[in-house]
Amino acid sequence: MKLEIRDLRAQIDDTPILKGIDLTMESGQLHALMGPNGSGKSTLSNVIFGHPSYEVTGGEILVDGQNILELETHERARLGLFMAFQYPVEIPGVTVGRFLKRAAEIRFGEEDFKASAFIKELRSWLDFMDMDQNFINRYLNEGFSGGEKKRMEVLQMLMLKPSFAVMDETDSGLDIDALRIVANGLNELRGPDFGGMVITHYQRILDYIKPDFVHIMYKGTIVTSGGRELVEALEERGYDWIRKQHGIEEEENEKEIVHEH
Amino acid sequence: MSTEQEQVQVEDYKYGFHFPDESVFKTERGLNEAVIHAISDHKNEPEWMREFRLESLRTFRAKPMPNWGGDLSGIDFENICYYAKPSEKQYDSWDDVPAAIKETYDRLGIPEAERKYLAGVGAQYDSEMVYHNIQQELKDKGVIFTDPETAVREHPDLVRKFFGTVIPYSDNKFAALNSAVWSGGSFVYIPPGVHVDVPLQAYFRINSQNFGQFERTLIIADEGSFVHYVEGCTAPVFATDSLHSAVVEIIALEGARVRYSTIQNWSSDVYNLVTKRGVAYKDATVEWVDGNLGSKRTMKYPAVWLMGEGAHGEILSIAFGGKGQEQDTGGKCVHCASNTSSVITSKSISKDGGIASYRGQIKVEPGLTNVRSHVECDALILDPESKSNTYPYMDIMSDDVSIEHEARVSKISEEQLFYLTSRGMDEEEASTMIVNGFLDPLVKQLPMEYAVELNRLIELEMEGSVG
Repeated sequence: MKLEIRDLRAQIDDTPILKGIDLTMESGQLHALMGPNGSGKSTLSNVIFGHPSYEVTGGEILVDGQNILELETHERARLGLFMAFQYPVEIPGVTVGRFLKRAAEIRFGEEDFKASAFIKELRSWLDFMDMDQNFINRYLNEGFSGGEKKRMEVLQMLMLKPSFAVMDETDSGLDIDALRIVANGLNELRGPDFGGMVITHYQRILDYIKPDFVHIMYKGTIVTSGGRELVEALEERGYDWIRKQHGIEEEENEKEIVHEH
Repeated sequence: MSTEQEQVQVEDYKYGFHFPDESVFKTERGLNEAVIHAISDHKNEPEWMREFRLESLRTFRAKPMPNWGGDLSGIDFENICYYAKPSEKQYDSWDDVPAAIKETYDRLGIPEAERKYLAGVGAQYDSEMVYHNIQQELKDKGVIFTDPETAVREHPDLVRKFFGTVIPYSDNKFAALNSAVWSGGSFVYIPPGVHVDVPLQAYFRINSQNFGQFERTLIIADEGSFVHYVEGCTAPVFATDSLHSAVVEIIALEGARVRYSTIQNWSSDVYNLVTKRGVAYKDATVEWVDGNLGSKRTMKYPAVWLMGEGAHGEILSIAFGGKGQEQDTGGKCVHCASNTSSVITSKSISKDGGIASYRGQIKVEPGLTNVRSHVECDALILDPESKSNTYPYMDIMSDDVSIEHEARVSKISEEQLFYLTSRGMDEEEASTMIVNGFLDPLVKQLPMEYAVELNRLIELEMEGSVG
């Protein structure tokens, strides 16, 4: 799968957030998208999936040449796109098992769906993610801890085997063990048929998943792109360096920019 | 096909099939003494029942219409046929049931259900039982499961002792109406200590235009016995207003437990005005599970009177108010003894301008100790046009009482829809999944085949609701 984002512009409540994003990502590649809070990273992932609160004001998103901006959210998902949510919502009364069964039926086709194989696979991924088997019968995300919600997102990704996944700050709020488990989940999927974009503002997850490409986003544009060396440079010099390099003034509300070390 | 036409299609009642009306006897439209006599004659009733009916008719005429709840001004009592008898005899086996009636049942899934689960089917086609079957095992235990007409003939002592004692004809206008013109329904007697392991089921169906359904059910659970009675309703579409006004009485004697489950899905022109009440004596339990979909107006508040110490009452109410519909439902528990407890749980959904109201009452008589009651109301509103109301009444005349009331109103959030659609479900399926999830804690308490049916009905109600 080839995902091309061309001069993408989007706003929320008449406030422009994305101001011309260009990115090309393909299966077999893992991209990291970094940037301080408020730079538009989450907006980008929401716009890729057609969140109704965002209005696209220009540009296009192509999946294998098809502009998906005209498609409904579920149609985009059916192309093989997956988003791991930063804040997964609770769906009371809908069990993880029932929800995932339906999602899997849609992804792989109802004709070929085998309940026994599904449940067996679900059980093994639960073990892999170090999650209790009783999650199958729990209501989706209801009463889950922050870490459990993040694991549930990765579990879904493992079950649904998307062609391309966007992971929106799946690492935030995780302790080091959980972070390793989440990273392992993503690494399981990596291969020639899987592409992904990991959105983060911490460097530490990138120690475990080793992205092929790194992009730095700032105030609604990609200000620089490169390889893994960009992470190290960022780690050493912080976002100040990016700012100076691009002649951007720091704003008051961005001072809390996280630099882990 | 234009979008507008499609919309009409989608809003059609989903079980709106019906077959030629083959009633062999019908009264004239309207209500008077002659109609009562015709019904009573036709049923070969003893004089006391005829008198009961006539007295009920006088009471019906004297009582005013309720001035609360839904708007009932559309009911034209003179344009309703109060009695129709579809065929001459009752059938003991499925093979003997006429083809048209059978086809109706087939579409409702009765035969399969019967094969799998039923202890005995009391299926009502218009106002008379046409098919009735009790497994030998139940007969051997002394269980009586029949229609009330047969019970009047064959078990007059039991009927006279209990009939109309829980809900007197003077209770309210519609109880009086039912008492005057009742026809069909179920009569159940469970002897002391007998546990009926499989649910007893009856299926009701209106199949005659402008024909009111006035079934009458009386369940007597003798000491230490247990029964789960399940009743379902689904009616075809009619062009003019229809009236359904049933009376259900339950008597749970000492240590008995009765569970009564209903899922009703009346077509959108039916006024559904039902009086349901159970009495629970010492250490007895009465439970109502009451699901209401469809209809034009439903007014239904299953009640439990807790008459002896250790008695427990439980009411689970599910209501779905769609386009042009008003569900005014809830429950009522009256504590008349110490050490009694009650739980009322209500879940309602309103959509496309529908109204779902919870109306409930907890009453505690004076001088009682250790009375507990818990009331919980959850409402889910699917769009800005729809409404949910809560009318909880408390009438507490003792001090040593613990009453809890919780009410929540929620909406389907954009974030929930976005989450589910991002996993490939379209918006309609996502909404349906959320609604079914909302009901899940209650649906889990239904027998399996009813849970499946309720989920399916919700899916049908949700069809075309989005976009």
